[in-house]
Amino acid sequence: MSDSSLVQIKGMRDGLLVSLGDASWPVVRRALLELIEQQPAFFQGARLALDVGNLALKSMELGGLRDELSDRGINLWAILSNSPLTENTAQILGLATRISKPRPQAAQAARVIDDETALWLHKTIRSGTRIEFAGHIVVLGDVNPGAEIIAGGSIIIWGRGRGVLHAGAQGNRDAVVCALDLSPTQLRIAGEIAVTPQRRSKPLPETVRIIDGQLQAETWTQA
Amino acid sequence: MTAKVITVTSGKGGVGKTTTVANIAVALATDGKRVVCIDGDIGLRNLDVVMGLENRIVYDIVDVIEGRCRTRQAMIRDKRLPELFLIPAAQTRDKNAVSPSDMVRLCDELRPEVDWILIDSPAGIERGFRNSIAAADKILIVTNPEMSAVRDADRVIGLLEAEEKAAPSLIINRLNQNMVKRGDMLSVDDVYDLLRIEVIGIVPEDENVVVASNRGAPLAMEGKTQAGQAFRHIARRLNGEIVPFMDFESLSLWDRISKLAWRK
Repeated sequence: MSDSSLVQIKGMRDGLLVSLGDASWPVVRRALLELIEQQPAFFQGARLALDVGNLALKSMELGGLRDELSDRGINLWAILSNSPLTENTAQILGLATRISKPRPQAAQAARVIDDETALWLHKTIRSGTRIEFAGHIVVLGDVNPGAEIIAGGSIIIWGRGRGVLHAGAQGNRDAVVCALDLSPTQLRIAGEIAVTPQRRSKPLPETVRIIDGQLQAETWTQA
Repeated sequence: MTAKVITVTSGKGGVGKTTTVANIAVALATDGKRVVCIDGDIGLRNLDVVMGLENRIVYDIVDVIEGRCRTRQAMIRDKRLPELFLIPAAQTRDKNAVSPSDMVRLCDELRPEVDWILIDSPAGIERGFRNSIAAADKILIVTNPEMSAVRDADRVIGLLEAEEKAAPSLIINRLNQNMVKRGDMLSVDDVYDLLRIEVIGIVPEDENVVVASNRGAPLAMEGKTQAGQAFRHIARRLNGEIVPFMDFESLSLWDRISKLAWRK
């Protein structure tokens, strides 16, 4: 396969969109870097959005490429991907995962996720991290202030829920949010928004759901 | 000798990164170790001022990277501590004059010759930050016991996790025990509770830090100030020693046990 079919470049309003062909990461990566070597003047100072197709990429790979591109004066700002892993990686690295128009395939992919699917996160979700998932999200760890969790379904946190928590993001009013210590910056279920009330002396596990059109919290206690 | 590369970073500005680098470097060098400090804050250099070496700069890090001088020539030797060196930042260039791979190459060149390489990262999470962490074996995060600094530290820790760097350690700087006591400042426990990373040092607020940095003579060099002692303890902990936290450092714990009034 020749390089030109591996790397396709389109101009957009705010930069370049580079689509990588169907091949392994080392191959497409090398093809991209070679193309840049050939036309350094064209790429110098460019804003680049990269469509990596179906490749599942870890942060070492994406972060490495971003650094190599920045060595060459190119600013990688967005990663488009069909792989949830890659999207997650890109979000963690602070890269956009959508350019102005959302891709129709991505929207379709979101819809096929059924009610039983959950994203399992066993770590502290730190400030600046945005986790978006069409199904449920389960966090074993804390969600710190400045982090955002956006689920199509429910959110369950075995830890402190302190960031922005949005359950039922696509309009599911049956979604719930529960945490061992629920004191989010902002909590939303479907279209309803709540601000955390004053902190009690001792946090108790709570579940928040929509009852009679309002967000209501119930503590989880055994009387 | 194979040097260990330590990067000091924070996210937020003004929390004491540069002071921390200068003091840990002095403490390590006093201990007889060969130490090189690298100022990663290109365009806004000030490690040279805090270390009192400003007027001896001839070549800087950009000169090294662009091949205008040998690395040796850019290393300023501290006259007070012959094992302490500084590679200053360039003041008339910006962060883009250096790339992460340049930093890795520079550190690899220095590694066989020294025991410790300390890199002072600029504030922020952009190019300068990425340059500074590229070569790091160990990252120290400096924060103050206030919410905005802790939030930024949390963000930086998240970025380091994403880069799959080894778990960083935390330095809580400018802790005022009286304010903590009154409930007006976050305690060490509060900060740890949010960040959940190993605490390697707790430095009390100390007016002498400002005096020392204006004089260009880091506190750890001499004297018995509490802050200077706290920095010396951090250096010993980096060396693998187990040093108990000082009384003021573990106020909350001490408080809980004793339930007594604060004593000097």
